[in-house]
Amino acid sequence: MPTEILMPALSPTMTEGKLAKWVKKEGDAVRPGDVIAEIETDKATMEVEAVDEGTIAKILVPEGTEGVAVNTRIALLAGEGEAPDAVGTLGVDEDLPRTAAAQKPKGETETRPTLPVAPVRGQEAGAPDATDEEKWFRDTVKMTVREALRDAMAEEMRRDETVFVMGEEVAEYQGAYKVTQGLLQEFGPRRVVDTPITEHGFAGLGVGAAFHGLRPVVEFMTMNFAMQAIDHIINSAAKTLYMSGGQMGCPIVFRGPNGAAARVGAQHSQEYSSWYAHVPGLKVVAPYSAADAKGLLRAAIRDPNPVVFLENEILYGHSFDVPTDPDFILPLGKAKILRKGKDVTITAFSLMCAHALAAAERLEAEGIDAEVIDLRTIRPLDTATIVASVQKTNRLVSVEEGWPFAGIGSELCAQMMEQAFDHLDAPVIRVTGKDVPLPYAANLEKLALPQPEDIVEAAKKACYRS
Amino acid sequence: MATTRRRTKAQEAQSNRPSADELLGYYRDMLLIRRFEEKAGQLYGMGLIGGFCHLYIGQEAVVVGIQAALEQGDTIITSYRDHGHMLAAGMDAKGVMAELTGRRGGYSKGKGGSMHMFSREKNFYGGHGIVGAQVPLGTGLAFAHKYRGDRKVNACYLGDGAVNQGQVYESFNMAALWKLPVIYVIENNRYAMGTSQARASAGELYQRGSAYGIPGRVVDGMNVVSVREAAEEAVAHVRGGNGPMILEMKTYRYRGHSMSDPAKYRSKEEVNKMRSEMDPIDNLKRILVEQGVIDEERLKTIDREVKEIVTEAAEFATQNPEPDPSELWTDVLIEA
Repeated sequence: MPTEILMPALSPTMTEGKLAKWVKKEGDAVRPGDVIAEIETDKATMEVEAVDEGTIAKILVPEGTEGVAVNTRIALLAGEGEAPDAVGTLGVDEDLPRTAAAQKPKGETETRPTLPVAPVRGQEAGAPDATDEEKWFRDTVKMTVREALRDAMAEEMRRDETVFVMGEEVAEYQGAYKVTQGLLQEFGPRRVVDTPITEHGFAGLGVGAAFHGLRPVVEFMTMNFAMQAIDHIINSAAKTLYMSGGQMGCPIVFRGPNGAAARVGAQHSQEYSSWYAHVPGLKVVAPYSAADAKGLLRAAIRDPNPVVFLENEILYGHSFDVPTDPDFILPLGKAKILRKGKDVTITAFSLMCAHALAAAERLEAEGIDAEVIDLRTIRPLDTATIVASVQKTNRLVSVEEGWPFAGIGSELCAQMMEQAFDHLDAPVIRVTGKDVPLPYAANLEKLALPQPEDIVEAAKKACYRS
Repeated sequence: MATTRRRTKAQEAQSNRPSADELLGYYRDMLLIRRFEEKAGQLYGMGLIGGFCHLYIGQEAVVVGIQAALEQGDTIITSYRDHGHMLAAGMDAKGVMAELTGRRGGYSKGKGGSMHMFSREKNFYGGHGIVGAQVPLGTGLAFAHKYRGDRKVNACYLGDGAVNQGQVYESFNMAALWKLPVIYVIENNRYAMGTSQARASAGELYQRGSAYGIPGRVVDGMNVVSVREAAEEAVAHVRGGNGPMILEMKTYRYRGHSMSDPAKYRSKEEVNKMRSEMDPIDNLKRILVEQGVIDEERLKTIDREVKEIVTEAAEFATQNPEPDPSELWTDVLIEA
């Protein structure tokens, strides 16, 4: 039997990529370790090495093919004693391409939800969510969250000489998740600074530079590693303005991917919004769409205060409409109504907005009209928008990926008690990550993270429909 | 201090030895810190200063000698034993004392306290309460100097306790790697709170940067002239773009770690011996008198001037009102 060569995954979150080049051609002999092809994702170009010895019998996916799903058969390898020509005709036309989903264990057909695009247009005039934000969306371009973040930094660096980016692998490597791609080439090593692996040190160094009036954008490879640096984020960055009687501003952005990615285990999967949101003196932003990522990161860089900017690795590769206006910027502290509805309010932020929108669609099929609010900024929290929505729907479901205890949902419960008690027809329900360290096993990880069906169930319960 | 002494080019060219006027100035500056701290200790005992209060008595030669080698625009940062550094940087004694008493006229409007004072005007960047945290912050100030190309340096003070914090070495690495203009002044007063250097620190502190190629030097921190001489060498090295330098100041604090420390980890004899034999102010005074630079009359005049400044500061700090309650809610965020 020939050996199948499959499209490999280059990272925990990769689902597809481009087969850029075949280094070996049909009939070539290969040994383990030989480079046989090059594949590209939005993050990187990687070489595919042969694992087995044999002869390339058949190339199934020609070079230049885009969107090749992980685990698709890309070639067949004839082993010793097998005639490559004979192999070439074997089983080629059956169920090509075999996708990742098809190879999953039984009962695990869904990989991850597709991300619905928020219907942002057509909002009624005078509605509580009607901001002047829509003016930006007359001309848009499709862009990934990753590109939007990069553009936000580049545009602010062009605008203001004091803005610089520092962190691990931000310059020559082009960003561990390629968010800083191209910045070194445009701005040079003075303003795009590769640091050693030294989070506590470079976070403190950034704060010191900000005290002197520079505007550092400090990238943490993931926010998990910022725990090494949290003393400087809180004790040095957040509190010094107050402790100095207003003298020492600290215009700094701490940014990086936050929360679970895919199968990276408990230490690399924590969601930190409630940690930072607890702290007076910090602003905390957690965008969902590429437009928000861009508009809010620009605002965060211009803000005279320390801002913790929580991104999401899974969202990096997802595309949204982003305004083309070079002046596009969004205010911090404003939530956004992603979907209008009258029966129940669902709040979410970051990746959970996708789940909330998916849940809203399913709820619609069951006759429940859900309003979905993207919090966007966690602190200062736009409680006015939430309260206005609850006054209409009388029900609130809070969705977050983080743990339940003292989480964002807990805060929303308290806020609703204080500000919307008389409007509630049902208790506020929290949909959160489970109260456990995130497990590695695929089935347990899925159980631990909020899923659209959890939100559907919570919303039905809030509507007394379960 | 009311005036910060800076050397003219002519003086520098003449010799590395301080002039009589400069020595007098150092004497006065050290005495001001001594008297200020004694008054602060007194006000603490009266309940007018609360919380933590870490006095600098005994270590005065360090900040005065370092300050003598700095120029306008150089930045200073230190830990929580910071009153002396602020006075040496030229901050007003009234504002410092009023912060100690938590009054609205304090440098932080009464919201920072003994450990948290700042002055952008005097380039004093705090006043930091977490042991070792000022080291990456100071390294960041040096980063800013290099980024701006302003040829200024940062003087980053740390104690013999802070040298065992990991972030100090993270900073050393980056400072050496990027040749940042920072002088790490280790004020080795021999006790990290109650733990002696011998019980806490392996090796020699001035060598702590050697793995990073950072030159280090041991200095008699009880002698203001030695400190100044070493500081000038370090400043020249650092300002010349050669990267950081470490100065280990052998010094001694006469008082406990903070006001509530009975200092039972060391003998009375040890303290008395240091005070009687090594005191930076007494020793400088003796030299000045012996060399005929100063007479008893002039000494008395300086003593009186210093006493007046401190008395005035204490009066201001006890009569100045507490912050308005509305200040509770200000300075949390800057309005964008």
